[in-house]
Parts: sequence; C-alpha cells; structure tokens
Amino acid sequence: MFVKQLSVFMENREGRLEKATEILKEQGINIMALSMADTMEYGMLRMVVSDPELARSALRESGFSAMLTDVLAVRLEDQVGELHSLTLILCAKGLNIEYMYSLVSGERKAIIVKASDAEAAATAVLEGGLQLYGNEELCG
Amino acid sequence: MIWNETKECMGRDEMQALQGARLVKLVDRVYHNVEYYRKKMQAIGLEPGDIRGLEDLTKLPFTTKDDLRDTYPFGMFAVPNSQIVRIHASSGTTGKATVVGYTRRDIDVWSECVARCITMAGLGREDIIQVAYGYGLFTGGLGGHYGAEKMGATVVPMSTGNTKKLITMMIDFGVTGILCTPSYLMHIAETIEEMGVRDKIKLKASLNGAEPWTEKMRDKIEEKLGIHAHDIYGLSEIMGPGVATDCRFHRGLHVHEDHFLPEIVDRETFQPVADGVTGELVISTLTKEGIPLIRYRTKDLTSMDHSPCECGRTTARIARFTGRSDDMLIIRGVNVFPSQIEAALLEMGGTTAHYLMIVDRVNNLDTLEVQVEVEEHFFSDEIRALENLARKIEHVIQQAIGLAVKVKLVEPKSLERSMGKSVHVIDRRKMD
Repeated sequence: MFVKQLSVFMENREGRLEKATEILKEQGINIMALSMADTMEYGMLRMVVSDPELARSALRESGFSAMLTDVLAVRLEDQVGELHSLTLILCAKGLNIEYMYSLVSGERKAIIVKASDAEAAATAVLEGGLQLYGNEELCG
Repeated sequence: MIWNETKECMGRDEMQALQGARLVKLVDRVYHNVEYYRKKMQAIGLEPGDIRGLEDLTKLPFTTKDDLRDTYPFGMFAVPNSQIVRIHASSGTTGKATVVGYTRRDIDVWSECVARCITMAGLGREDIIQVAYGYGLFTGGLGGHYGAEKMGATVVPMSTGNTKKLITMMIDFGVTGILCTPSYLMHIAETIEEMGVRDKIKLKASLNGAEPWTEKMRDKIEEKLGIHAHDIYGLSEIMGPGVATDCRFHRGLHVHEDHFLPEIVDRETFQPVADGVTGELVISTLTKEGIPLIRYRTKDLTSMDHSPCECGRTTARIARFTGRSDDMLIIRGVNVFPSQIEAALLEMGGTTAHYLMIVDRVNNLDTLEVQVEVEEHFFSDEIRALENLARKIEHVIQQAIGLAVKVKLVEPKSLERSMGKSVHVIDRRKMD
C-alpha cells in the first residue's frame, strides 16, 4: 500500500548533493522521483528509488542522515482534473498534505503524497476509486 | 577631578597599612561568620591570629566561583538576611546562578566606588548621565545608577533596548555622559550616524565595561562620538562595576585599593608575580559585609602597575584584560560557559551533545549561533518538524543561559572532533 521514500537531510554545504548522488550511482540505484525542500540552512532531499534499503544503508555509511518514510504513490492520469480528484478526497476526510511531488517513470505516472495520517489517507484514496502503487510495481 | 583624594591619592605606605589592618579584620570576620571559610581555614590549620598583615596574605586559600556555587544561594553570606538589603545574581555553568548579597553599607561603598570611577572619567554633578546597562539582577544597571546618583549627577535610567528613544533623549536632555557596554555604545554611535544627528549630541564621556574590548575599539568610539571613553571593570562576586577605571591618561585601570586588595598570580603556580607580568587577577574584598571574599580568583588575565600616574592617584593600576583563564565567554554582558549549552542539550535529549558555538558581532551587537548535531532517530523528513526541533532547542538553551540564541541543525558527525575533544567555540567577534 505504501511506498518507501528515501529522505536525506542535507546541510547547505558545497558538494553535499553531489556526494549523495555519487553514492547512489555507485550502488546502481535508480532515482525515479525526487523533490528537494530547502530552508535557509539545510535541505531535505526526498526520493523514490529502485532499492530504498540499500540506498539508505549506503548513504548512512558515508555519514548522511538518511531515513525511510512511508508515503503514498497515487496513480494519476496525465489529464485535467486528476490532481483535483485526489485533493478533493483528502480534503473531504480532513486530512492534511505535508508535501507532495510528481513521479513520471516510464509508463508510470503518480503523485507522491505524505499525508498527516498515512493509513487513513490510503483508505480514503482507495475508497475514492483511485489506485496506489506499491514499491514492487514502481521499482520493478 | 578626584572624588576621594584622601583615599585615591594616599601614600603607598599608608595604603598598605590600611589594607593590612582591613585584611586582618576581614579574615577574622569570615572565620567567625562564614562556616565555609572556617572549615576551609581549619582544613589547612590556619587561624585568624595567623594573619597579622599583608605579608601573610599568601597563606590564605583562594576562593573560586565553584565555592559560591557550592554554597548556593546564601551560604557565603557573613551577615543574617535581615541585614541584606539587595541581591544580585549572575549565571553559572550548571544553570545555578551565583548569588551575591549587599548590606546597606555595601551599597554605600559600591556607590562610592562608582562615583570615583565616574569622576575619573571627567564627569561631575552638573552632568546628565544615561545609564544604559540592563537593570535587574545584572549589577550593571543599578550599580551605575547608584554611583551616578551618589556623585550628584542627573541620572536617566535608560536600561537597554530602545536605541532611538535613547538618542532622542540624549539630544533633548543634553546628555553629557553614558554608562553602557562598549558594543552597545558602538551601536548607539552608528545609529546616531544613520540618523544624521551627530551635531546635536552633547556627549562628553562614557564608562564602558562588562565585556572585553580593545584600544582600537576605544579609538573608534571616541572618534565617532567625539568623547572620552573609559574602561570600567567589575564583577558581581566582588561588587559589580566600579572595581577599577582608567583616568584620562589611560595607563591602566586604577583599582579602589582601600576596598579591593588586588594580586596578580601566575596561572599555573598561583604564586604572586611582579609588576608588568601577566597573570590572573585575584581580589580580596577588604570592606564587604554581605559576602566578603578572600583571594577571589577572577579568571581575568592582566598585569599590575604601581608606578605613579600623572593624574595624581597613587592606587595600583591593572592593564587592559588580555583574556580569561577559563572558557567563559562574555556575550552581550552575559557570562556564558560552553558547558551550560552542553548540559541543556543533554537534559533535553535527542541531540548528541556535539555542538559548536559561533559568537559573532553583527552591527556591533553580539550574536550567538549554536550548531547542534541531531541524533538520527530524531530527524524527520518534514521540514516543519525539524524547525520545531530547532526552536525547542533554542528555547532550552535560552532558558539555561538567559540569552537569545539561534540554533542551526547540522548532520550527525559533521562537527569537528579533535583528539576526542570537540572544539566548542568559534569567536568571530572582532573587538576593533
């Protein structure tokens, strides 16, 4: 039901992002979606990758603070109103969206969503007639 | 002008005789009234009768800030609380404040000493003086206030905070003297420049203390404001501001030796050193009633000079301070020990207690940033949660040191570790 997202804390320092992508490349890990949230002092790199567990341990070994978070990958078509159907469902249930970003990888099109209550959000999405990707479908 | 010519220009022999007699009385007083001192003296087999004059001074044990902390809050007081008319306090390493108490006579002596300092800076009864130190537990505000009043000046109790209002009053009242920290005066000077009112101010002199500053900074302040800036030294344990000040010849700070007996000791051997040699300043409070201290180690590094001064005063002078023998920082007049930050972080949990303090001076005001390494499991992928964590750490540190602080979260193991001991402080303040 959930997708494991890789989140990496990043200080605003020269070369940190370069180092992180180098590690992922060396491990043969594919990045399917990515979002970078930034503040004055640090950034939060959020990714959907081909092998989240391996990616996390490799990054940790190199001194990064990396963690896995459960998020929803909601399958959406590339047409008008699709995103609104999702926000409408979540809004109707009073669920908050912490952040979201899009994933387009091959034929797969999805919106990655972190909601205030992951379980409730997943149920609502499915009841609302939308589909969720799991890790296997995305990474396979 | 000299406020108290009898005392400030006393012959050296006469001064030493006075100090010796007062020291004997001081030792007798603490032995009989302060259990802590009695035990300390008994432990080394010392009795009041063993101290017959200045020559016996070095037989006495030192007193440190730890002694004051161990006896928190009133354990070192030598009089019953009914005779204490005021309390002041400064922050300490464990979050426990160092508490000092004053009898009515102590307040009088303090006022007298500050009056001498203000007179030394060339100000007098006809002057209007703004006291722009913080009023409160910190000794700066009230200490300066009482001294300026005692001298007979017109005192404007500004405290700190509203710089524009301070400048407006400075202009409207025709203020001629000001007491505040040197960095704050620098800030005031720059604000005056920005407001374009330099030609409207009548300021003649300032007394600045409670934080370290350099000759260059003095030159800059004097040039910007067209005044004479004087260094005023003090610490709450001994009394507060007014222990020493420099006269118009600026050849060191005259110590009010009839009340404060200064010694300079070697930083390692703790043996007295000769004039001109830098060591730690040690002070015995010869006349203090509330909390008399014997050979108090100030941790301030300086040297002494007994040569005659052109101003006519005969009192010993201490040189501008070159640093401290411990890791205490003075930030915006507040004493801060790195260990306070550490204790606060550990108490809070969630952080590794690896931290780096970055002290800087922006627009002449000290700033403190603390970089904190956060434990992995405390991280969140949500920015909001991280911001909340940073604010929470800021709050905890602020509670511990009483100073606004900015916390920056950093990656685990990103702060430098050298020889197993972290570098905890980077002081970027340029004193000039």
